[in-house]
Amino acid sequence: MSTSDRIPLRKMTRASLTINITLAVMALCTVVGLFFLDGRDVHLFARPGQAASPRETSLFAASAATLRDLGTMFFSPKANAAHFSSDPLMERVASRFGLGFLNSTFGQVLYAVVITLGLGFLTTLIGAIIALALGLLASRNLSSPRVSSVIKAFVAFIRAVPTVLWVLIFAIGAGLGSVAAIVGMSFHSAGYLIKAYSESFEEVDAGVIEALEASGANWLQIVFQAVLPSSMGYVLSWTFVRFEINFTTAVAMGAAAGAGGIGYNLFMAGYYLNIHEIGYITYLILGVAILMEVAATRLKKRYRLQG
Amino acid sequence: MEDLLVVERAIRRKSTGPTAAPPTVRGAYKARSLRAPDDLFRRHRTRFTLVLLVLLGLTALATVITQFDFLASLASFPKAVRWLAANVVPTQKSLVLLPNILTKLLQTVQVSIMATVIAAALAFLLALGGAVPTRPSPLFSGVVRLIASFFRNIPVVAWAIILIFSFGQSMLTGFIAIFIETFGFLIRSFIEAIDETSSASVEALRATGANYFQTIFQAVVPSVKPMILSWMLFMVESNIRSATLVGMLTGSGIGFAFDLYYKNFNYSGAALVIVCIIVVVLLIETVSNAIRRVIL
Repeated sequence: MSTSDRIPLRKMTRASLTINITLAVMALCTVVGLFFLDGRDVHLFARPGQAASPRETSLFAASAATLRDLGTMFFSPKANAAHFSSDPLMERVASRFGLGFLNSTFGQVLYAVVITLGLGFLTTLIGAIIALALGLLASRNLSSPRVSSVIKAFVAFIRAVPTVLWVLIFAIGAGLGSVAAIVGMSFHSAGYLIKAYSESFEEVDAGVIEALEASGANWLQIVFQAVLPSSMGYVLSWTFVRFEINFTTAVAMGAAAGAGGIGYNLFMAGYYLNIHEIGYITYLILGVAILMEVAATRLKKRYRLQG
Repeated sequence: MEDLLVVERAIRRKSTGPTAAPPTVRGAYKARSLRAPDDLFRRHRTRFTLVLLVLLGLTALATVITQFDFLASLASFPKAVRWLAANVVPTQKSLVLLPNILTKLLQTVQVSIMATVIAAALAFLLALGGAVPTRPSPLFSGVVRLIASFFRNIPVVAWAIILIFSFGQSMLTGFIAIFIETFGFLIRSFIEAIDETSSASVEALRATGANYFQTIFQAVVPSVKPMILSWMLFMVESNIRSATLVGMLTGSGIGFAFDLYYKNFNYSGAALVIVCIIVVVLLIETVSNAIRRVIL
């Protein structure tokens, strides 16, 4: 059988062509980029005798050192009590309820995690309140196309600025701290939830809305009697998924933008080169993050959320 | 008036007897062991109030613990808007910085793409071992999921700090930190993509007697390719944003440029960085949305 008799199995469609071209461009970028990747003191190979600076190492040596550090971090974690300033509020609570362990280092690290959880909670709450209002206006079945697209453009703009920059913009007025962190983090939180909520609202059965409209219900009645009750499950689980993200963001903001909490402790441990303490803090963050991830995955499965 | 009610109730009780249900709507519901509608509404109202109280309590607690000041947060808005308005238009002083900013931004974009591509290649291999239709054994799949969870849940800040110890402050350090973060995220996404799209085609090919590699290349790869590319585009976008943060910690890319201007009170320079980031991110988002429309 000659080749011309075979049925062409793979037809080059526009979609597969686009996929292949995009992948090729990205791969090319990667190969070119590898040549421009500046390691400063880290060279591909060691250059004995002609090192430009005393700190110069090879890629291999640096990787080996990192693995050693990771070993220290994960196999001998230890908290250094000196880095955890005792909160007066926490001490009062501990003495009031006889919780001796709260004054120990473990208690202090745990309290720092609670602060980060608090930052994440407030951010999620503010984001959810804003997103509930704007999400209704952004969903196509409840609002005019113009309002919907204006809000969606607004969300795209908000999402284009990284969270850390929002936090630092607000820190100019409010100073570094929880106020700037929560306000700054709320922007992305609201943007994410507006998108998620409005997509949930758009899935509400059009017949129900039409029936209420026909019976003379006004917009608020439609929202409170039909849209919110039927999408409450989605709304709550999306909110929890965002809370999980906000916890991670709050850790990062503690380290990079002075938001306080466990992220700040992590940053200070790095500043004092205390790898044992980095390990201790990382384990605690990992524990909280995995617990929340398990809960979020269950919610996602239950409501078949995408993303 | 009240007497009349008492009498009426007494008559009703007498006429129906203690065992029969009273001739009311609610009685009818009770008799068929269904819940009366206003009972249901009351229960909903109670639950709603309870949830609201718990939320209020948690909010109060979180406000005290984090020392959050609601009024100060409202007051920060006019200040931030004024700052943006004053600095967002580039000046002579900030335009001098533009070439430097664009170079740094190009580096950041490049690092984001590189980290995504390399992480995607490795993550796809691991995802094949982790996804249900293609895994060699359930145990292997569990191990892969554990690895993914480990990489994903360790904060990128911790990776950046640990890497700085040996790699110093450089673009390479930022690249590795972003790579690790992307890797963990993509493994899970790819596993989900394979689970969702490939099980039917894999089963069909297995039934025809195709071997493992034939199934991978003829069934799995073609069916998940669009999803994989879509996730990669998403990762490039989000990496540019997280590269700003990582850059601040590892002293590289656009994050470092912003940090430098910000800490030296060169606010017009810092604002120009923000404007450049917005333009580039929106541009990339537009391109990737266009690609997504064609492929999905």
